[in-house]
Amino acid sequence: MTATTSGWSTEDMARRAAREIPAGCIVNLGIGLPTQVADYLPEGHAWLHSENGLLGTGPFPYEGDEDPNLINAGKQTVTVLPGGSTFDSAFSFAMIRGGHVDMAILGAMQVSCGGDLANWAVPGGKVMGIGGAMDLASGARRVIAMMQHTTKKGELKLVQRCDYPLTALRVVSLVITELGVFEPTGHAFRVIDLAPGVTRERAEAATGAPLT
Amino acid sequence: MTTGKHGNKVVASVAEALGPLRDGMTILVGGFGLSGNAEALIRGVVERGVRDLTLVSNNAGNLGKGLATWLKAGIIRKVICSYIGNNQDLHTRMASGEVEVEITPQGTLVERMRAAGAGIPAFFTPTGVGTVVEQGKETREIDGRRYLLERALSGDVALVRAAVCDHFGNVRFWRTARNFNPVMATAAKLSIVECDKLVANGTIDPDDVHLPGIFVHRIVHVPEHENAFEYRTVRKR
Repeated sequence: MTATTSGWSTEDMARRAAREIPAGCIVNLGIGLPTQVADYLPEGHAWLHSENGLLGTGPFPYEGDEDPNLINAGKQTVTVLPGGSTFDSAFSFAMIRGGHVDMAILGAMQVSCGGDLANWAVPGGKVMGIGGAMDLASGARRVIAMMQHTTKKGELKLVQRCDYPLTALRVVSLVITELGVFEPTGHAFRVIDLAPGVTRERAEAATGAPLT
Repeated sequence: MTTGKHGNKVVASVAEALGPLRDGMTILVGGFGLSGNAEALIRGVVERGVRDLTLVSNNAGNLGKGLATWLKAGIIRKVICSYIGNNQDLHTRMASGEVEVEITPQGTLVERMRAAGAGIPAFFTPTGVGTVVEQGKETREIDGRRYLLERALSGDVALVRAAVCDHFGNVRFWRTARNFNPVMATAAKLSIVECDKLVANGTIDPDDVHLPGIFVHRIVHVPEHENAFEYRTVRKR
């Protein structure tokens, strides 16, 4: 999947992220890459929260069963599992801001070794908007960032200090990239896992802060 | 005896429902993207010919549909939303300066309207602390954590899409079409409900009401809707 011969594919990253989700917890999966994590969760393992007003989000509907008024936060048609519920946006964000959502797995543009997250705007680029990102980043009990380790141009994304517009301060507890799993500890990233074939030197070269 | 504002709410047409709209008003429009849109009322506002509107809505349309038609008609002065995404109609007008855009975190956006409807002028939230959202806002440390002060957000008119509505204005929504709709109804001086199904009072069990009729002022029955898909994702049988 990646340009290099070693490291994790996006499927591997999603599988690795799924391992971080304890049974019986409430998880919000961000738009894009994090949404794929759902494919690697055993049935009934966790409850998926969609901030547009759905708890107990199920898989995509069978062809012909899709309902334009049953969607996830990425505006994709989904299903609702037995035991699921629908509610308004104020109630949904009370769940998030009130600390009732155990975990959010979010895409990221930059993460600092202090746990700061930048994931909603590129300086000088087109502004896509904030959506639920700031509420999730500051409200979820645990925040995991899932991202490519560097940009396509090779710019570092795991950094000392974010220079992209911030989403929230000191919130990221784990970063999962194609190179491995890294924990922001304040002044460095602690290496939790390296993907098969990825050397520590390669991870170090691709990271803008010390690794420990 | 004069008639109170909870007298006859059911009106015969979209045009009649939208009669009180004026230039320069702030309009709250329910929906998450194209899901849960009051489609006939949205069309009706363009036909009504009002201009210079401030639109409050999570996305301001997408794929050229829904509220994107207001952008194309040039009737919006300002948009307060949380997400733009691929909404090209908003991107181009924001870049040209034709439309002012205020981007607000989604949870803050809805809570500002919840507060307005509940008589709370402002509230402290942790969302946005240390980001651009904090700029120009009062902050305070409470029990060791920093919060920022957000102001309530009210509207002149709310456009609400309901699945079922009775003659008093008690509403039930369908699935994730609920989203911002009930909260916006509480935050506007005039709340107009567009319902798929209009039923007699007593048909909806009181325990099943999602939005009590006290928050609804006009009702228009629109049985047919496009209910456009944004991203139709399916699996094979």
